[in-house]
Amino acid sequence: MPSRGKQAILAVAFVCLLAAPPFFNAALPDLASYSVGLLTEMLIFGLLAMSLDILLGYTGMPSFGHAGFFGVAAYAVAVLSVRHQAGFWLTITVGLAVGILLSAALGLLVSHVRDVYFLMITLALGMVLWGVSYRWIPMTGGDNGISGLPRLETHLGIPWSGPLPFYYLTLIVFLGCCALLTLLVHSPFGLTLQGIRESESRMKSLGVNTWLHRYLSYVISGTFASVAGILWAYYNRYVSPTYLDLTASSELFLMVTLGGPGTLAGPAIGAGAIVLLKNVISTYTERWLLILGAVYIVTILWAPQGLWNLGTRRRSKP
Amino acid sequence: MVYFITQTLNGLFSAALLFLIAGGLTLVFGVMRIVNIAHGSFYMLGVYVAFSVVTRTHSLLLGSLAAMLVVGGIGFAMQRFFLRRFAGQPLPEMMMTMGFALLFRDGALIIWGGDPFTLAYPDFLRGSLEIADVVCPVYRLFVIVVAAAVGAILAILNEKTLIGAKLRAAVDDPEMAAGTGVPVALLSGLVFAVGAALAAFGGVMAGPILGGYTGMDFELLPLAFVVVIIGGMGSLKGAVVGSVVVGMIDNFGKALVPELSYFTLFAPMVLMLAIKPTGLYGRN
Repeated sequence: MPSRGKQAILAVAFVCLLAAPPFFNAALPDLASYSVGLLTEMLIFGLLAMSLDILLGYTGMPSFGHAGFFGVAAYAVAVLSVRHQAGFWLTITVGLAVGILLSAALGLLVSHVRDVYFLMITLALGMVLWGVSYRWIPMTGGDNGISGLPRLETHLGIPWSGPLPFYYLTLIVFLGCCALLTLLVHSPFGLTLQGIRESESRMKSLGVNTWLHRYLSYVISGTFASVAGILWAYYNRYVSPTYLDLTASSELFLMVTLGGPGTLAGPAIGAGAIVLLKNVISTYTERWLLILGAVYIVTILWAPQGLWNLGTRRRSKP
Repeated sequence: MVYFITQTLNGLFSAALLFLIAGGLTLVFGVMRIVNIAHGSFYMLGVYVAFSVVTRTHSLLLGSLAAMLVVGGIGFAMQRFFLRRFAGQPLPEMMMTMGFALLFRDGALIIWGGDPFTLAYPDFLRGSLEIADVVCPVYRLFVIVVAAAVGAILAILNEKTLIGAKLRAAVDDPEMAAGTGVPVALLSGLVFAVGAALAAFGGVMAGPILGGYTGMDFELLPLAFVVVIIGGMGSLKGAVVGSVVVGMIDNFGKALVPELSYFTLFAPMVLMLAIKPTGLYGRN
């Protein structure tokens, strides 16, 4: 459990998330829809970063192809809703199912692989998924991607539309996933995952089926990434291979590391910070990559445990 | 048949370039266990530095020397001042190299601009040989020969010299090697620098044909990783075999099933990692 101070920070953050859009409407009417959109993006990537942290921070499996699940779910939504005019519930069910099945299938290939090799095999899987999205042109539209996704509000058939309802919907999903993930990491299962991160051989000698735990951790992580991918497809209303590539996966890594691996709040904060930085800086300068590169190096040099863990105990291993 | 031979020659040319780039990567990987995301950037910086030199001196030789010196220096400094303090921690090391990869990409864009170019090369390497309907550009053959020579030199250094023996010891068991007085940290720096210089040299050799353009760093990097994984980390022999396999698969895959070209390339790597993570010739 986080300390008192951190609980207070989380409570304040929750109130801010709830109250921000009306505040933007009142204070910055010109920028309101932009700001609400930015907040929505922060929530979606926050969810994605948290899902990666289940693997990276809690189980100690550095997956370098995590953007793949996010992208595949987003593509499933795009293909169904644009090409086949499928209804809302069918679309999201299939989107989620594709994500789960994919992670269940790939998990079989990777769950017994460790350390640097795990990094490499997930990198390769990420590249395969990216390659498929880039080259399987009849299905994915190749480099052009798929555009013209329906608005979530109209697709779902609710009477409200615009950035505000979408934001609150995303917030509900985000908080729901947060609750589930919190339950998960504090459950005996979640604690076992952390035990595996610290010492797999000891967990094994305690009689834990570590392979199964690693496998389930991989599937759960892929599932939550798919939820984020579905939200992203509806938010952006356009999918393209950019969201699956090496840079996307490593940006996720940065979000988790910057925020604080092994916590849930940390990656969400890291994701928020990176999304905000990206959007704000790219309006002022074209040197975004230079700044992002510097953020990587500075984070590793001076805050390797992440912002959320600053001031608390230092762990020896990331 | 002619088509087959032409594609094989093209595949060998890709394999030669891949070997120059992956040879360095496999050494770095083998000795330090660093997943070096910036390795593709060394390749890119190599061709850009050579471009500046070749446009002034019109000498590809001077261009390659300058590229190897500059990029090797950058690699040495990077290892010495940033990576060494995280020795043995794969994640921070990888993130660090990722940060540098982004810096290098944007830096190259600032210094050289975003226009694509190809390097000029000497007249005696122009033209092509024609043997029984098979047309082969002389320059491609030249690159294949150069890569083979580099491979031979590396193999002799690795197998026959004292520094090679120390290096092999450091790959096998860094702690024991350090315990018996092998300067593992210094060796790591040197290997990193040599790896960077080799990648830069690969970039220069590819320069007259593939040229320099934005995004080339991340285009080549995954291929180099596939080579290293298939061949086995830290093994030169593996790098040779891996380069030929990947060069051929890449060429024939792109020619025969373009829709699946990335799949045909990365699927063998995934299988190899799932079944035998240490690759064909890697040591445990």
